Amino acid sequence: MLILHCPCCGIDADETELTPGGTAHLKREGPGSSDEAFERYLFLRENPRGVHFERWRHAHGCGKWFHAARCTMTLEVFGTYSAQTHAPPREILDRIAERRPQERREVA
Amino acid sequence: MSRRLSQGGRLIDRSRTFHFTVDGRRYGGFAGDTLASALLASNRTLMGRSFKYHRPRGVVSSGAEEPNALFGLGTGDRFEPNQRATMTELYPDLTALSQNRWPNLEQDLGGLISRAARVLPAGFYYKTFLRPRVFWKHVYEPVIRALAGLGHAPAEKDADRYEHFNVTVDVLIVGGGVAGLQAARRAGAAGLRVLLVEQTAQWGGRAPVDGAVIEGKPADAWITGVLSELQSMPNVHMRPRTMGAGVYDHGYALVYERVTDHVSGAQGPRHRLWRVRAGRILTTTGALERPLSFAGNDLPGVMLAGAVRDYVVNHAVTPGERVLVVTNNDDAYRTALALSEAGVTVPAIVDARPGGGGALAEAARSAGLRVLTGTAIAGLSGKRHVTGAALCLQDGTGEVTEQIACDTVAMSGGWSPVVHLWSHCGGKLTWDVDEVMFRPDPNRPPTGADGRGFVEAAGAANGYLATADILGDADRAARAVTEALGRSLDDAPALQAEREETAPIRAVWTMPEKAPVKLREKMWLDYQNDVKVSDVALAAQEGFESVEHAKRYTTLGMATDQGKLSNINGLAILADTLGAEIPAVGTTTFRPPYTPISIGSVAGEARGDLFQPIRRTPLHHLHEAAGAVFEPVGHWRRPYVFPRDGETVAQAVEREILTVRHKVGLLDASTLGKIIVKGPDAGRFVDMIYTNKMSTLKVGRCRYGLMCSENGFLMDDGVVARLDEQTFLCHTTSGGADHIHAHMEDWLQTEWWDWQVYVANVTEQYAQIAVAGPKAREVLETVGGMDVSKDAMAFMDWADGALAGIPVRVFRISFSGELSYEIAVPASRGEALWQALRSAGETHGIAPYGTEALHVLRAEKGLIMIGDETDGTVVPQDLGLDWAISKKKDDFIGMRGQQRRELSRPDRWKLVGLETLSGGVLPDGAYAVEEGRNANGQRNVQGRVTSTYRSPTLGRGIAMGLVRNGPDRMGEVLDFPGTDGVVHRARIVSPAFYDPEGERQNV
Amino acid sequence: MSDVATPLADASFDGFVSVSEAPRTGMISLRGDLSDTALREVCGAVTGAAFPASRGASLDGSHGVLWMAPDEVLLLVAPGSVPDSLDRIGTALSDRHHLAVDVTDARALISVDGLGVRDVLAKLTPADVSPGNFGPGELRRTRFAQVAAAFWMPTEDSARVICFRSVATYVFDLLCHAAAPGGEVGYYR
Repeated sequence: MLILHCPCCGIDADETELTPGGTAHLKREGPGSSDEAFERYLFLRENPRGVHFERWRHAHGCGKWFHAARCTMTLEVFGTYSAQTHAPPREILDRIAERRPQERREVA
Repeated sequence: MSRRLSQGGRLIDRSRTFHFTVDGRRYGGFAGDTLASALLASNRTLMGRSFKYHRPRGVVSSGAEEPNALFGLGTGDRFEPNQRATMTELYPDLTALSQNRWPNLEQDLGGLISRAARVLPAGFYYKTFLRPRVFWKHVYEPVIRALAGLGHAPAEKDADRYEHFNVTVDVLIVGGGVAGLQAARRAGAAGLRVLLVEQTAQWGGRAPVDGAVIEGKPADAWITGVLSELQSMPNVHMRPRTMGAGVYDHGYALVYERVTDHVSGAQGPRHRLWRVRAGRILTTTGALERPLSFAGNDLPGVMLAGAVRDYVVNHAVTPGERVLVVTNNDDAYRTALALSEAGVTVPAIVDARPGGGGALAEAARSAGLRVLTGTAIAGLSGKRHVTGAALCLQDGTGEVTEQIACDTVAMSGGWSPVVHLWSHCGGKLTWDVDEVMFRPDPNRPPTGADGRGFVEAAGAANGYLATADILGDADRAARAVTEALGRSLDDAPALQAEREETAPIRAVWTMPEKAPVKLREKMWLDYQNDVKVSDVALAAQEGFESVEHAKRYTTLGMATDQGKLSNINGLAILADTLGAEIPAVGTTTFRPPYTPISIGSVAGEARGDLFQPIRRTPLHHLHEAAGAVFEPVGHWRRPYVFPRDGETVAQAVEREILTVRHKVGLLDASTLGKIIVKGPDAGRFVDMIYTNKMSTLKVGRCRYGLMCSENGFLMDDGVVARLDEQTFLCHTTSGGADHIHAHMEDWLQTEWWDWQVYVANVTEQYAQIAVAGPKAREVLETVGGMDVSKDAMAFMDWADGALAGIPVRVFRISFSGELSYEIAVPASRGEALWQALRSAGETHGIAPYGTEALHVLRAEKGLIMIGDETDGTVVPQDLGLDWAISKKKDDFIGMRGQQRRELSRPDRWKLVGLETLSGGVLPDGAYAVEEGRNANGQRNVQGRVTSTYRSPTLGRGIAMGLVRNGPDRMGEVLDFPGTDGVVHRARIVSPAFYDPEGERQNV
Repeated sequence: MSDVATPLADASFDGFVSVSEAPRTGMISLRGDLSDTALREVCGAVTGAAFPASRGASLDGSHGVLWMAPDEVLLLVAPGSVPDSLDRIGTALSDRHHLAVDVTDARALISVDGLGVRDVLAKLTPADVSPGNFGPGELRRTRFAQVAAAFWMPTEDSARVICFRSVATYVFDLLCHAAAPGGEVGYYR
């Protein structure tokens, strides 16, 4: 049972109160984008074994979307943060660097 | 014979006798007995039959690990199979049935199989029942099925009630032995929220039976003191009869409480499944004793030494008159001493260690007991029960040195920590060569959300077997957990417990060590599944070297006890055969639940009427009273049709359709999604959400719109009304309201968060009633209160007002093609309006109509239905809805997706009408075939039916379908083979079958 | 008004706690900038209750302000005063981006009363309802078995559960199942 802290209302929410929303920080590609860019936006996902940034909605709660940085292997949670951002905040990246010094990952 | 002792029994109350029935025979026992102890007290030692050979089985343990003594408990709607007699507390009038035998337990015909055991080796089924192939279905399978299986599945619906219970705690402590009690005491004193659970009805575990002395007090007295201390702590909760079933990610645990199993006729729920979120989990689950592998060790009368001691001390029951003790460690001497003290003869203690035991062995000798060291059991005599044992040297090959008469053998192969809960979520184990056990590896615990270990093992579960060590480890673990949770713990002096000097255990995997095959063929590892030492060795020789493969090939550990008794012994044999070290072979995976839990507890309240939420419209009970036939639409229940007396469903549907076409009908449209979109950027937002240009919609007007996914596929449709400059009311499909609302929130919160738009799902605020048919206007005029004339309210207008004194919003929209008004009214007034409309329409022959009539009416008009004409791969252009896709917009959700080559290919399957040449009805979902076959040899296809009905209006079958290049092929005839072998022929026509100009709705 | 139908037709059930439909209450969903003084003031004006903190339930009798989300509150008012309250909100916030809608009929409100109310809640919601974590003055939006719900506690021994109207019967039946005699847990003492 994944338990994530909702940064919007402050509740530590059970997975059963949450709805998953897939990979975070995707850039929307609209009309005029190349086929490659559109394919990347809509279909291509990294599915990493390790640190992952993802979207969650506190659907059975305050209803707000937020982001979570999580290890897909161990389910360690490095932090949750606002959905109104294009990249993970510094403190989340620092925490990941501290916890996973060997893991290098580029964030869009 | 097994019998009740005249004195003792710490758990039984001799003043309360309970009667119970097994296989129709009545027995007596005492309060505090288990079914197993009561049967032993009544000299009933035969308690089951094994799975494969139907060999006679006696109870071997006294606890959760019992593989043999399984019964069907209860009767009728309260019957449950495969219940362990050792875990079943006796209650008055308990009824049990033995299992896996025919015609009865004593004379089981299946037992004949046992004589063929020599020719039924590991993998026998895989090897034997291959040929001839036709035999499998008609010969092998029915025979095997009849003989196999343990208990029978219950035949009646379960009469009991079950529930869940959610708690969040700082520490969950699993196991109420002295380690769990001590840890709870320490964590409780630190102010943590503690939940302590114990699977049996008693606290204290084995310590009282083992004669532990703690802080100068006998264990029982110490436990009583700690219990009252814990009970005084408001932050500590204790639950007996409650088992830690499974540990999951992030400190989640399932805990299984048997609430009323031990009482007859109780009012409460039978089981309660606790869903625990714990900061840390502490497993003080103790250890399980291992059997020893010697020839004949599956005979009734062979029991675990600790279990024998339990029955003597706890229930004052001795399983026999002459109990031979056999061991490779010191603990079994306690059993010999307990028996001897109770006046039961112990002819000898057979100790496989050349040097024998420590202080306990000395005590045994002092008590006059005969101790044989370096000795083993070569074999047992007796057919259905032990009558004697042949001894040999442990280091030899089995030459008999002595015969000893006995009716019970108490064996101990050492103790294995219960590491299940530690392992469920990824905790790793380490092999301790000295203690001969797998124990939790403290460096590799399961890790939680903070990246640190969240399970801590303590006491015997952590590999400590002496009481003093167990209590010290409990203190250590309590401190570790407390500090991990950011609290501090006072330094308390270490608890003093008496400690005996012990001699080390010796690893003994077969008795004797160099036993020949003829002995190994009689050494049982898994009593329930009849897996022997020779089977595991054979599996290894045949190449099933992985422990997981060997398990499945031999079925070792696949019985209802999941290998609690057999796994370690089995993998030691596997390692020995492979010439590998035990840790290199490893264990099979430990999976929850620890022991089986009831399906009812998993379902909890979700049974019967509460199986699934049913959504009811504000008019639901009126429809029920009117005798509606309901259909599920998502979780909603909508009236499918309102049959009248003597009508079939089909007749009623036709009547309802004709009522709408010729008179006037009433539809409950309350389930339609209604979403308010408001804000300075609302126009810009609906332009992105819909394919249409919605921002140009005038206040007071309605427009039909399409919503697509980013893929370009049609997702939902509905009518949008502009309420004011900044506010739109978006109608969605019945099933789509929640999904579309979430879709809008997603885009607003995560993509366009700087746009000033709020949305609100107001679906359930309103009852919505469609009044459709040529007489609709007259009905509304009769009700009175609003000007609904053509001039005041044109097609696709909406207006606020009142009808029959009830505040309403009326939309002049039509899904039937007839003159139609959809009226939204606050849900609490829906019933009043419905009744007013019905009475006003009486003279016009008004009648309610259901969803089936609605579907036919829209199909006659060629209007699409999301989910019929769409399936997630259809773009609006496929449905001829190009007119609803704005050419003036730069962007909308799905626009880029639709520009992909595949979705703009000219030969896509597109919407057409289909008219059968016969006038009959096309089968739903039928495919139109064409010449040739595809790479898989299937007929090529060129289209399919998406909606098909009999139209009473037109008096013939009508259908819609998607056909390659369909709109360019008007008049062509296609072949639709049905599943009935008939090829239906249909002509491609326009999907607008009825009133294509829309004259009827625009009046 | 006799033709006003409440979702549960005043149903009630007596178990080890009692479960009953609460008196009809006017409800307004208001979205906007919750830090805005004008918004906070108009909420106070129409409900008579103070503005709550995050996850708060600020109540004055049966009227009050429930914090639903960082940009949303639910106002509880007398059923007859909803139109007037909406007018007052519209006037007070006319120059501010906001959304106020009547949701009186979209919801059902159920009272759960008696010792053991926390035990009943804990059977249905994953939320931590222990006294140290949740109590009077707070609101929790969560799940009850399979549907969305929210609850607050007017007192230590009572709770109000709010859910969508269409599943009112489901939630009422869930609560009755949880409160049925013999189901006492005795966990929250």
